[in-house]
Amino acid sequence: MAKITLSNLRHSYLPNPGGAEDYALKKIDLDWEDGGAYALLGPSGCGKSTLLNIISGLLTPSEGRILFDGRDVTDLPPDQRNIAQVFQFPVIYDTMTVRDNLAFPLRNRGVAEPRIAERVAEIATMLEVEDMLDVRASHLSPDNKQKISMGRGLVRDDVNVVMFDEPLTVIDPHLKWKLRSKLKELHQRVRATMIYVTHDQTEALTFADQVVVMQDGEIVQIGTPVELFERPQHTFVGHFIGSPGMNVLPVSETDGKVTFEGHAVVLEGKVTGADGNTELGIRPEFVALSDRGLPAYVRKVSDVGRHCVVEAMVGDTAVKAVVEGDAPGQGAAVHLSFRADQTRLYRDGWIATEAGT
Amino acid sequence: MKTENQKAWFFVLPVLLLVAFNALVPIMTVVNYSVQETFGNNVFFWQGLDWFEQILRSDRFQAALGRQFLFTFLILIIEVPLGIIIALSMPRKGIWVPVCLVTMALPMLIPWNVVGAMWNIFTLPNIGLLGYFLNDVLGIAYDMTQNPFAAWVTIVTMDVWHWTSLVVLLSYAGLVSIPDAYYQAAKIDGASPWKVFRYIQLPKMKTVLTIAILLRFMDSFNIYTEPFVLTGGGPGNSTTLLSIDLVKIALGQFDLGPAAAMSLIYFAITLLVSWLFYTLMTKDDQQ
Repeated sequence: MAKITLSNLRHSYLPNPGGAEDYALKKIDLDWEDGGAYALLGPSGCGKSTLLNIISGLLTPSEGRILFDGRDVTDLPPDQRNIAQVFQFPVIYDTMTVRDNLAFPLRNRGVAEPRIAERVAEIATMLEVEDMLDVRASHLSPDNKQKISMGRGLVRDDVNVVMFDEPLTVIDPHLKWKLRSKLKELHQRVRATMIYVTHDQTEALTFADQVVVMQDGEIVQIGTPVELFERPQHTFVGHFIGSPGMNVLPVSETDGKVTFEGHAVVLEGKVTGADGNTELGIRPEFVALSDRGLPAYVRKVSDVGRHCVVEAMVGDTAVKAVVEGDAPGQGAAVHLSFRADQTRLYRDGWIATEAGT
Repeated sequence: MKTENQKAWFFVLPVLLLVAFNALVPIMTVVNYSVQETFGNNVFFWQGLDWFEQILRSDRFQAALGRQFLFTFLILIIEVPLGIIIALSMPRKGIWVPVCLVTMALPMLIPWNVVGAMWNIFTLPNIGLLGYFLNDVLGIAYDMTQNPFAAWVTIVTMDVWHWTSLVVLLSYAGLVSIPDAYYQAAKIDGASPWKVFRYIQLPKMKTVLTIAILLRFMDSFNIYTEPFVLTGGGPGNSTTLLSIDLVKIALGQFDLGPAAAMSLIYFAITLLVSWLFYTLMTKDDQQ
């Protein structure tokens, strides 16, 4: 187990990268605390798998260093880094039994057989696969295969970090939840550093203590699920997390006063910085339909079960609001009010208001 | 519950007719010949199983069968490992992939008799490129028209040249279907290259290799044109394989009865070995 430090990391898949657009990863500085449960969240192609492969040693970064507990491992091959990785599609050795699969990483390292048997039994109990130890691994269901590939990572007690690369992609929906809670439980038992890569916000937010949100090869925000939801540092985070995502509305700003479609808007706190492209960010959960406020008309209502999502037009701009209980009908004239302490200004994408007290 | 529907037979009927005319009828004709004696004019005399007994007891048949098994054994023992090794060393991506694939496929595109003729001219002592090189430049006495060993080396080399590509292409297809994650996981698990081959590549190639071996067995066991063109079964009878002997009996001596019996025995052996091999290879998967 180890603390992992990424310092000045950059990576390009091109032999001679030119500008910033040639880099799959643009300057990453990050510490993963020992024993933490992290999620790496971002849309497809944002560089999260690249980052994962750099940590595991499958890729060598173009620039920068990777440290495990202060020791430079940048040039070490994967098998010498003592890491484990679970892939998108379950990787199992078809011709071996489940027992041999679990023992494989230990046998390759020349661990004594009694010790192997002990570890395999331990891990099998933890994963609840004791009854299938002598089954050929190819006969297992996808979720059990994924458990075994997880087990192959956990079987080494000196493992520094366990990484999951979208491990639930091929798992049936009703088993996803089960396997996810199993992961959480495993983390609490073994206290190994775990990094979970996904583009699914539900998976990220339920698994991780800390979520790292990435976009276009850059880290946009690191925070707890609550922080990410309540105070997104960037409009991308606001939009990407939440369902529906944050409303990002074009506004004009002069001397700290913000107007949206001709109406003054109250913000959470003081405006910072100047110039640039300004936008207003407010989550649909904090937009209320009331008697007073911005006049709007309802364009669309989607009933998502627990509540309704109302899409209302203020001038030419659509604003989404989450409404509990009865929603107005399509075409109805309504008024919208924004909760002031949840209304923030973003300048060129980044947050530009101070938190209110 | 299963529903019985007799209409299904009508859909199978066209295929049955096709198979009847290109397989069943010809085979039954051979069966007909194999149990009778004829002196022409469509006059037949019942012989029972005499021809079968005569063929099975004859030294000539046994010798040809022995040569046939030796040939097929050599082909499989050389082509299968060689094919796997070549497939493993071929690039998985990049501009060289099509170059390698086309180069590999080239020998298979050449008709059998042309291959025989090519190798004949290529290996003739003194005038063939290889024959001249071996005899006159390197000073190795090599004459496939006179020396049985040289003749065997030549027909085996020719077949390896012609057909190893089949094993290569099939193995390669198996190899490229292995997702990168398997290799990455093996790296992380600390597996040696041998273990990667043994536990990842070989199992993933198993299905296509079974097909490759089956095809190479049947083709090499039934081989006729290439050795016929190259050596004509000689020198002496040293490269007279079963099929060459069969044609000699049937068309050379016009002994239709014994030839028919021999065909059926030949067919039965091919079928039996193929069935045994396939059953053994797929037994594991059905557990």
